[in-house]
Amino acid sequence: MALFDKYAALAAQYRQLEQAGANPFNVKFEEVLSPTEAMLAGRRTLLLGTNNYLGLTYEPAVVAAANAASSASGSGTTGSRIANGSYGGHGRLEAALADFYGRKQAMVFSTGYQANLGIISALAGKNDHLLLDADSHASIYDASRLGYAQVTRFRHNSPEDLANRLRRLKDEPGDKIIIVEGIYSMLGDTAPLKEFAAVKREYGAYMVVDEAHSLGVLGATGRGLAEQAGVEADCDFIVGTFSKSLAGVGGFAVTDMEGAEVLRVVSRPYMFTASLPPSNIAATEAALHELRTRPELRRRLNENAHRLYRGLERLGFELGPEPSPVVSAIMPTPEAAFGLWAALLKAGLYTNVSLPPATPRGLALLRSSVSAAHSPAQIDHAIALFAEAGSSLGLLKAELAAAK
Amino acid sequence: MSDQASEIREVIFGTLQAALPQARPLSDDTHIIEDLGLDSVAVMDFVMEIEDKLDISVPLDKIAEVETLGDLVATVQRLKQAA
Ligand SMILES: Cc1ncc(COP(=O)(O)O)c(C=O)c1O
Repeated sequence: MALFDKYAALAAQYRQLEQAGANPFNVKFEEVLSPTEAMLAGRRTLLLGTNNYLGLTYEPAVVAAANAASSASGSGTTGSRIANGSYGGHGRLEAALADFYGRKQAMVFSTGYQANLGIISALAGKNDHLLLDADSHASIYDASRLGYAQVTRFRHNSPEDLANRLRRLKDEPGDKIIIVEGIYSMLGDTAPLKEFAAVKREYGAYMVVDEAHSLGVLGATGRGLAEQAGVEADCDFIVGTFSKSLAGVGGFAVTDMEGAEVLRVVSRPYMFTASLPPSNIAATEAALHELRTRPELRRRLNENAHRLYRGLERLGFELGPEPSPVVSAIMPTPEAAFGLWAALLKAGLYTNVSLPPATPRGLALLRSSVSAAHSPAQIDHAIALFAEAGSSLGLLKAELAAAK
Repeated sequence: MSDQASEIREVIFGTLQAALPQARPLSDDTHIIEDLGLDSVAVMDFVMEIEDKLDISVPLDKIAEVETLGDLVATVQRLKQAA
């Protein structure tokens, strides 16, 4: 019992949510029907919180590739690539990713979380410095603790603050490595990458960009924010995940840096875990092909993103700073977020609740994410449910202001 | 106590007081997480303010070692002297 005493406050909160019969952290779908619908508590529910940006989870070519690879090469690799060998698919997918990004080398990891652990912990040695955006994803924070570098945080999306902190570290020995994201997963805002790149050059630092939420979403060919901002040459490493727009599981990094091959024998999260199974590798390669050959998916996704953002804005919800496939409504309290989440679910709409410390500035968020697979009618239906639930709970901006 | 030490203490206590939702008595023995109920991000945000006010860099692993306000004053003092 004493072992869990340190979590007593959190455990009590969790129990309370369970007792209320509406716990956003313990949702059990009885059946998933499509990229946009699932059965939940016996009811057909519209999915608006699954990061399934391009809606490729049921794409026939993707599913067929997974099935064929399982039949041909088996269900799993039963080991790591350095100890037990690579399958053909691993190399093919790495070549496809390198080709897509126009880079010399790609490396595949078993999750996006591990890609960040693996790249960041290996790049930053004992006397080096990591500079993290304050709103970085948990995997980036955890990565910074896995290595031995000194870690400095800079204010979210502030190139001036980054420059100021690099100035303070100017006389310290070691390399300086800046870590930022393309689209931030909590509020859907994008990094000022052009300005970050200028600071990086001024101080002779390196830069890693995590495009987890921007791959397949931004850029002329879907490579992400670095492509859209025209600063790919300044991004020494791009990291990303297969678990969102590519509809599978896994992570990757691409780079043009000479000598990066050595990471395969120094990056512990790459070396000491089993490699991805053939089905997953083949599905990801097929999904990447869909991403590259069907730009209309990206266009539909962005239309849906704007439709939801403008719709919720019009209703009077306070939102993140810019439209993106992640649309978060800022709630006055965690209780309000739980209340709205439960009301929407009851009405047949699944969204997410995000709370501090996973969110910036102590914000409680009712988070949605849209997919290219949503029809405009589904987005409009979601907005109508938000209108009903938001106004009955008094959560629209005008009502909140009046209540103050 | 040197002038610099008392200035550092003043900056830390003042910054923390401003960051708390309501005024609290603070001392060197105050536990930053247990007594003040700040979460890990709130602590890092508060230390960021102190870095800027004193123009120093406080690496995250140093913050992880800090438990009380007294620990933080001592850590910041050492970093300021080294800067
Ligand atoms: C910014 C960011 N990086 C990395 C990850 C981890 O990705 P994965 O789900 O593949 O572990 C996520 C998603 O959870 C993320 O939002």
